[in-house]
Amino acid sequence: MTAADLGAFAWGDCLALFLHFLTLSLLAVGGAITTVPEMHRFLVLDKHWLLEGQFSASIALAQAAPGPNLLFVSVLAWNVGANAAAGAHAPAMAWLLPVACASVATIGILAPSTTLTLYAARWVHHNRTRLGVRGFKLAMGPIVIGLLLATAWTLGAAHGLPQDMPVLWALTAISALLVWKTRIHMLWLIAAGAALGAWGWL
Amino acid sequence: MTRGNPMPEGVSTQAAATDAAVASPVAARRGPASLRDLFFSFSWIALQGFGGVMAIVQRELVDKRQWLTAAEFLEDWSVAQVLPGPNVCNLAVLIGDRCFGARGALAAAAGLMLFPSVVVLALAAFLFPLLDVPMVQGMLRGMGAVSAGLIAGSALKLTSGLDGHPFRATGCVALTGLTLAGAAVLHVPLVWLLVGLGIPGTLLAWRMLWLQTRAERTAAGAL
Repeated sequence: MTAADLGAFAWGDCLALFLHFLTLSLLAVGGAITTVPEMHRFLVLDKHWLLEGQFSASIALAQAAPGPNLLFVSVLAWNVGANAAAGAHAPAMAWLLPVACASVATIGILAPSTTLTLYAARWVHHNRTRLGVRGFKLAMGPIVIGLLLATAWTLGAAHGLPQDMPVLWALTAISALLVWKTRIHMLWLIAAGAALGAWGWL
Repeated sequence: MTRGNPMPEGVSTQAAATDAAVASPVAARRGPASLRDLFFSFSWIALQGFGGVMAIVQRELVDKRQWLTAAEFLEDWSVAQVLPGPNVCNLAVLIGDRCFGARGALAAAAGLMLFPSVVVLALAAFLFPLLDVPMVQGMLRGMGAVSAGLIAGSALKLTSGLDGHPFRATGCVALTGLTLAGAAVLHVPLVWLLVGLGIPGTLLAWRMLWLQTRAERTAAGAL
C-alpha cells in the first residue's frame, strides 16, 4: 500500500475518530496498548487513514519517547491528521488537522476510562475480598497477558512474518528476553534497535 | 462469607497483609504536599519513563517519595490493571483521588499527560516528514522490532503474578493462548474476546474460589 491508497478524511471524520477511541476506552482492559489490533483494523484495514508502516512507526516513536505508552494514540491520530492535511493545500491545515485529531483521540481514549476508574476504584477497594471481584481479577490475568502478546505480534508482523524477516524477529526475541530476565533500561534496547536499523543491518 | 467482618475466613494472605498495611500508622510515609506537588511529581515521573512508565512509577512512589507502601502499590496496580483504560493513568487517578478527591485525580492525570504529549508530538511533527529517508526508515524498523519485544517481555514478566492461580499453569497457558490466537491470528474484535473468554473465565474462577472457601470452612468446622 502506498500514499495514493489512503482513504479520504474530512473534518467530519474527526467525530468518527473520537467515537472510535471513546468506545475503545472502556474495552482497553490491560492498558490502551491491548487495543492496538483493534485500532489497526479500524485505521489501516477498514478506513485506510494510515499506511502499515506509519502505524507501527507511530507506536515505535511513542514507545521510544518519554511518557505513558498511551501517547501512541496521540501520535497515531496526529498522523491521520497529517495524511489528510497532505491532501489539502491550505498551510494552516498542516497543523490544525493533526492537532485536532490528536486532541480528540487522546481525550476519547482517556475520558470514559478515567471517569469509570474514579468511581469503580473505591467500590473495588471496599469489596476486594468478595469472591466475584477476586474471580474477575484472577480470570483477567491470563487474558491480559494474551492481549499483550497479541499486541507484540501485531507490531512485529507489520514488517513481515518471522520466516520473511528472521533478523528483525531475532531482535524482537532478544529484546523480549532481556526485558523478561534482566533489569536493563528499556531505553538502551530502543537505542540499539535504532542504531542497528540506521546502519541498515535489519 | 460474612461481609463487614474485616477478616472473613478464606481471605487470601495478600488481602490480609494489605489490611495490616492499611491499619498501620500513617506517620511512616508521606503524601503529596499540594495539588501542584502532585501535578509536577507525575510530570517528572512521566518524563523519565522511556518505553513505559510502570517501572519508574513504582521506584518513585514507593522507594523515593514513599507515598505508598509496596503492599498498597501492588493493590492499586492490580485495580488499575483490571479496570479498562491506560494502567498508569488509572493509577494516577486512583492516587490523586485518594489525596485530594476528584481535583487530585485530574491534577495527577494531567501531570502524567501534558509534557510528554508535547514532547512526543513535537517528535512526530519533526520525524514524519523524514519518513521516506531510508536511514530513518531503518531506524524506525529497528525501534519497532525492539518495542514489540519490550511489550512481549513485559507480558512474560507478568506471568510471575499468576503463581498459585486456581486455573493452574495449564489452564493459564490455554487461556493466554486462546486470547493470543483470537486477537493476533483470527483478528476477533476485542469486545467478543472479552465477552467470550472473560465472562466464562470469571464465572469459573468465582466457582473455584467459592468451593475452596467452603472446603476451608468445613475443615475449620471439623477441628
